[in-house]
Amino acid sequence: MKILVLVSHVPDTTARIAFTNDHTAFDTNGISFIVNPYDEWYALVRGLELKEAQGGTVTTITVGGPVTEPTIRKALAIGADDAVRIDTEPRDGHDVAAQVAAFAKDKGYDLILAGKETIDHNGSQVGPMLAELLDLPFISLATKLDVAGGKATAEREVRGDVEVVECPLPALVSCAKGMAEQRIPNMRGIMAARTKPLQVVPAAAVDALSATVRFELPPPKQAVKMIPADDAGTLIGLLHTEAKVI
Amino acid sequence: MSVIVFADTRGNKVPKNTLETLTYGRKLAAKGNTSLTLVTFGDAPPERLAALDANKVIVARNASDADSQQLTRLVADVAGKEGAQWIIFSHDDTGKAVAPRVAARLKAGEVAGAITLPNDQGLIKRNVFSGKAQAWVEVKTAVKVVSLLPNSIPVETASGSATVEEYNGDLGPAKVVVKSTHHAGEGIPLPEAEVVVSGGRGMKGPENWGPLEELAKELHAATACSRPVADMGWRPHHEHVGQTGVAIRPNLYIAIGISGAIQHLAGVNGSKVIVVINNDPEAPFFKAADYGIIGDAQQVLPKLIEAAKKLNAER
Ligand SMILES: Cc1cc2nc3c(=O)[nH]c(=O)nc-3n(C[C@H](O)[C@H](O)[C@H](O)COP(=O)(O)OP(=O)(O)OC[C@H]3O[C@@H](n4cnc5c(N)ncnc54)[C@H](O)[C@@H]3O)c2cc1C
Ligand SMILES: Nc1ncnc2c1ncn2[C@@H]1O[C@H](COP(=O)(O)O)[C@@H](O)[C@H]1O
Repeated sequence: MKILVLVSHVPDTTARIAFTNDHTAFDTNGISFIVNPYDEWYALVRGLELKEAQGGTVTTITVGGPVTEPTIRKALAIGADDAVRIDTEPRDGHDVAAQVAAFAKDKGYDLILAGKETIDHNGSQVGPMLAELLDLPFISLATKLDVAGGKATAEREVRGDVEVVECPLPALVSCAKGMAEQRIPNMRGIMAARTKPLQVVPAAAVDALSATVRFELPPPKQAVKMIPADDAGTLIGLLHTEAKVI
Repeated sequence: MSVIVFADTRGNKVPKNTLETLTYGRKLAAKGNTSLTLVTFGDAPPERLAALDANKVIVARNASDADSQQLTRLVADVAGKEGAQWIIFSHDDTGKAVAPRVAARLKAGEVAGAITLPNDQGLIKRNVFSGKAQAWVEVKTAVKVVSLLPNSIPVETASGSATVEEYNGDLGPAKVVVKSTHHAGEGIPLPEAEVVVSGGRGMKGPENWGPLEELAKELHAATACSRPVADMGWRPHHEHVGQTGVAIRPNLYIAIGISGAIQHLAGVNGSKVIVVINNDPEAPFFKAADYGIIGDAQQVLPKLIEAAKKLNAER
């Protein structure tokens, strides 16, 4: 089975969010970057488990500049066989999807895995856009995934229910919590990652459909109103009459 | 030129997020002096569809189990025929799967998880960095796709008298087939809840959740938990909120025995009002709270339950 995993490079979950150039760019000063948690813990690890059980290859693909390479090497250290980097700074989710589609369209992947969303853009866009561009069935927000007999079977948690769905391969699946356990790369994996193939591919010509014009930080929160523990019950009255939320 | 809203009308009542998208679509239609068409699927009775605040409703019958590819064909086809300039979705489970597909199919720019109408420059705001910042987005194409984050705008729809038409185009086969569905848990589903009561490691063990559940029941709330609580098996995984769990935006979030780690905040910082109950006055969560109580969870909870019962008895 040929598996392609979309891996994005995002600021660490504890990163302090600040902007430069008149709030038009993210301030990367002092920020460490990681593999997007949904791509790493869920999509990549489940892809590796399927490969280990059934044979095949796991290739990662990232759309981004040379700065993303340490992140890509981390995905290789966790166990991917090889990696592709499409050399462009993507302008929006569609740009990412169109770049990956241009690369993947004639490569015969059986299964393409994406994360549920990136923790910086939070679009949940790239997976379904790529599915449309490649004309593939799309299972979104899968929490479990199995493959047998040319079919993918997945569980999804939607509207408070758990749904079991099935579709023929090739297919695209976006991955959420539950699919796999985190794998910490070991020394051997880290050493091996240094020499695994990382192919750099020039960008395809893609129209910009949207653009982020500027960022802003949320207004500072008002000071918290403290209620003495002995009078805890008065909170309920305040929530009813003052905050009007119950 | 027109405005199209896609919504899921299955089930017995019209969900709040459908009313939100209709409000959003209505405002765009009014601004553009144009009409509003609702596209939907499934077997909702015509009189219920006609009462929605749209000029026209187009419903694909016999498509209750449509997958995202079929729904994409439906919306794209209607959008073409109606000359849609705006296509509005809710940023819910269905909208997240269909809106980007429609955008890619029509080569239209998409704002995913919008929280505002377009401003004077036509820019639309959305959350980024897991709610730690916002971005203003420009859509550069003539056709624009928006998925609206639930609970971002107030509902303001009138009751309408829409004409209802059945869609008779070909949606192709469903490739993703639902084999079975079962209820994940009792009570109110977390993403739809207006009030959420949540517990962390400070609850000390699964045996102490009784009072938390009782408070949730009195407040008609869903229950949630921090990640270690789900990882230790104290609570089911679908209750885990935060960066790697479910992101929620209720009107009220009550956090009990949760320290307020940045990854936890990332999933709950869209809540309108946050209450923090923690025995450590230094807990970082107090900085993000609107109301706070410094105290032991097991001692504070009974007081809240009693007050909630009293309030319920009075109204
Ligand atoms: C990549 C990554 C992703 C993550 N994603 C998430 C996520 O999605 N969601 C999430 O929740 N976490 C997430 N985490 C973990 C997060 O960093 C914290 O470890 C976690 O949120 C802490 O959970 P907690 O507040 O329940 O426990 P603790 O941090 O142990 O806090 C317990 C709190 O309870 C208080 N307490 C103790 N006793 C009492 C008492 N008797 N009465 C009242 N209060 C009491 C303590 O003062 C303390 O503040 C993630 C971490 C990483 C690295
Ligand atoms: N620049 C990128 N390179 C490769 N994959 C990406 C990139 N951006 C997003 N993805 C994938 O698409 C998913 C959804 O991203 P988003 O639409 O930004 O929320 C992520 O979890 C990744 O799997």
